[in-house]
Amino acid sequence: MAPTSGADPPAPPTDVRAEDSDDDAGHSITVRWSRSPDDGGGARTVTTYTVLRAESAAGPWEEVGEVPAGTTDYVDRARVEGGQVAHEVTNGTPYYYAVRASGPDGGRQAVADAPAIASAQWYHKGKTPILTVLLVFSALVLYFVRKARKHPEGIYVRPIAGMDAVDEAVGRATEMGRPILYVLGLGTAATISTIASYAILARVAKKVAQYQSRLIIPNYDPIVMAVAQETVRQAYTDAGRPDLYDEKDIFFVTHAQFAYVAAVNGIMLREKTATNFYLGKFYAESLILAETGNIAGSIQIAGTDEASQLPFFVTACDYTLIGEELYAASAYLAREPLLLGALKAQDVLKGLAMAWLLVGALLTSFGVNLLRRWISVQM
Amino acid sequence: MNGEFIPHTVAALFTLAIFSFLWKDNPLYKAAESLAVGLSAGYFTVILIRTSLMRTLIDPLFEEGQVLVIIPGILGLLMYLRLTRRWTWISRYPLAFYMGIASGAALSPTILAYVVRQIEYTIVPMGFGSWEGITNILIVVMVFCSLFYFFFSVPHKGVFGGVSRIGIWVIMVAFGAQFGFTVMARISLLIGRVQFLLGDWLGLIHLE
Repeated sequence: MAPTSGADPPAPPTDVRAEDSDDDAGHSITVRWSRSPDDGGGARTVTTYTVLRAESAAGPWEEVGEVPAGTTDYVDRARVEGGQVAHEVTNGTPYYYAVRASGPDGGRQAVADAPAIASAQWYHKGKTPILTVLLVFSALVLYFVRKARKHPEGIYVRPIAGMDAVDEAVGRATEMGRPILYVLGLGTAATISTIASYAILARVAKKVAQYQSRLIIPNYDPIVMAVAQETVRQAYTDAGRPDLYDEKDIFFVTHAQFAYVAAVNGIMLREKTATNFYLGKFYAESLILAETGNIAGSIQIAGTDEASQLPFFVTACDYTLIGEELYAASAYLAREPLLLGALKAQDVLKGLAMAWLLVGALLTSFGVNLLRRWISVQM
Repeated sequence: MNGEFIPHTVAALFTLAIFSFLWKDNPLYKAAESLAVGLSAGYFTVILIRTSLMRTLIDPLFEEGQVLVIIPGILGLLMYLRLTRRWTWISRYPLAFYMGIASGAALSPTILAYVVRQIEYTIVPMGFGSWEGITNILIVVMVFCSLFYFFFSVPHKGVFGGVSRIGIWVIMVAFGAQFGFTVMARISLLIGRVQFLLGDWLGLIHLE
């Protein structure tokens, strides 16, 4: 614990210890120490603590981080900068740590007694509330799907205006001899709202095939396009009109947001689409799309779970599915036991969540934070 | 004429071409649209080749010897069978794999963001003794009513209908605030573009 430099450096920190960080995929070691007696008291001044690392107890030591006085821990984790590994903490490699208390007159360091080895954990304890919600929800889904299979008519689904208008919108396009535009948004094929949109697309495509109308789907993402092609192809087959399916009407445009919007706007005006569906994940392009469709006089049905974009759809579209209505729409349209059961399970989970937050808020008002603490996820 | 005049002029002409859509669809807009689509599609193709193909498949396979990346590589290649008539059905397997993995991976973050965090941050101390306590009462009541609107398996009649109606009012008030906020942001974008046209391009205005 000799001074590293200077004439009268502060005393080193004490009780330095290093251990693998909890609840992660490894590549991280947490170093803890007790403050130097000169930190916040004593004759000398501590300004920073420098964390040093070595692969053997004898060194050489390299500085891996610095924290201000008063701090008693530091997490040494791997860093990637500009696509390159800037700092590595290799799983399985023993690392020795030292902490130096530094002040204007230099610093002194203390070394941890034992090395630490980074490793990954199979279970993240802080995420237990998520696992619990998942298990409860899964159980509810299984129960209600089973129930819906026995008595599908026993599950009520309240009317969703936008979905009631689907048949009318497709029928109008057919009467006018104009195509229908379906925009799946900017999400990936795995975005929840895009998945919900596929279910509605299947229904719309089936109706379009029955009416022998035309469906245009410009895409922002190539994988979304591929899934949309499969969905529409299947819907046309189900409707008994696979001959009407034209893959060229479901195409990739570009992966740039506003170039995509410019192209879709052009399609609306040049193809004179009678009905526009905007269902999926939308961002700043929502108002531009909906406003153009409004100017073109198209019937517009929109839906997204992106709360910041819903006001624009509400303003410029004829019907808007707000948030979870988008998820419920597929069950409302198809009335399949699987979807109905999942919808009922969602409602029950929602009821439990509402009860939890109401009771939790009441208890918190009287100083009991039990329910809030339990639901709190530590990342 | 400074060195930026030509790029500024090109940018300004394309800005005006896009703005011309406000009048009606026209050849200038079509040209700007086609250029934007073509350029961006090409640009993102190159980005994808570098960030996805090279960084996650070619480099790990040939430079680092990570043999396992062959599996996603093969799945990716199978996607190209969509271009054939006979083997197009095989491309459904990588699609199914992608959808399954991605949906499963999205489950936990979705439950965290849409369920757990929402509940956690709505559990706030209520009371009539302070302005914060009264605000918290409003938060809890409004969240409760808004959630009620999203009950689908219960008819919205009677008491349920009343609570649900309050919920949709709350939602619409929030939408109104959001609308105003975003319109302000869009206006500032427009101001930025006008500043570019009048300042950077034409030099008619000078901003410090």
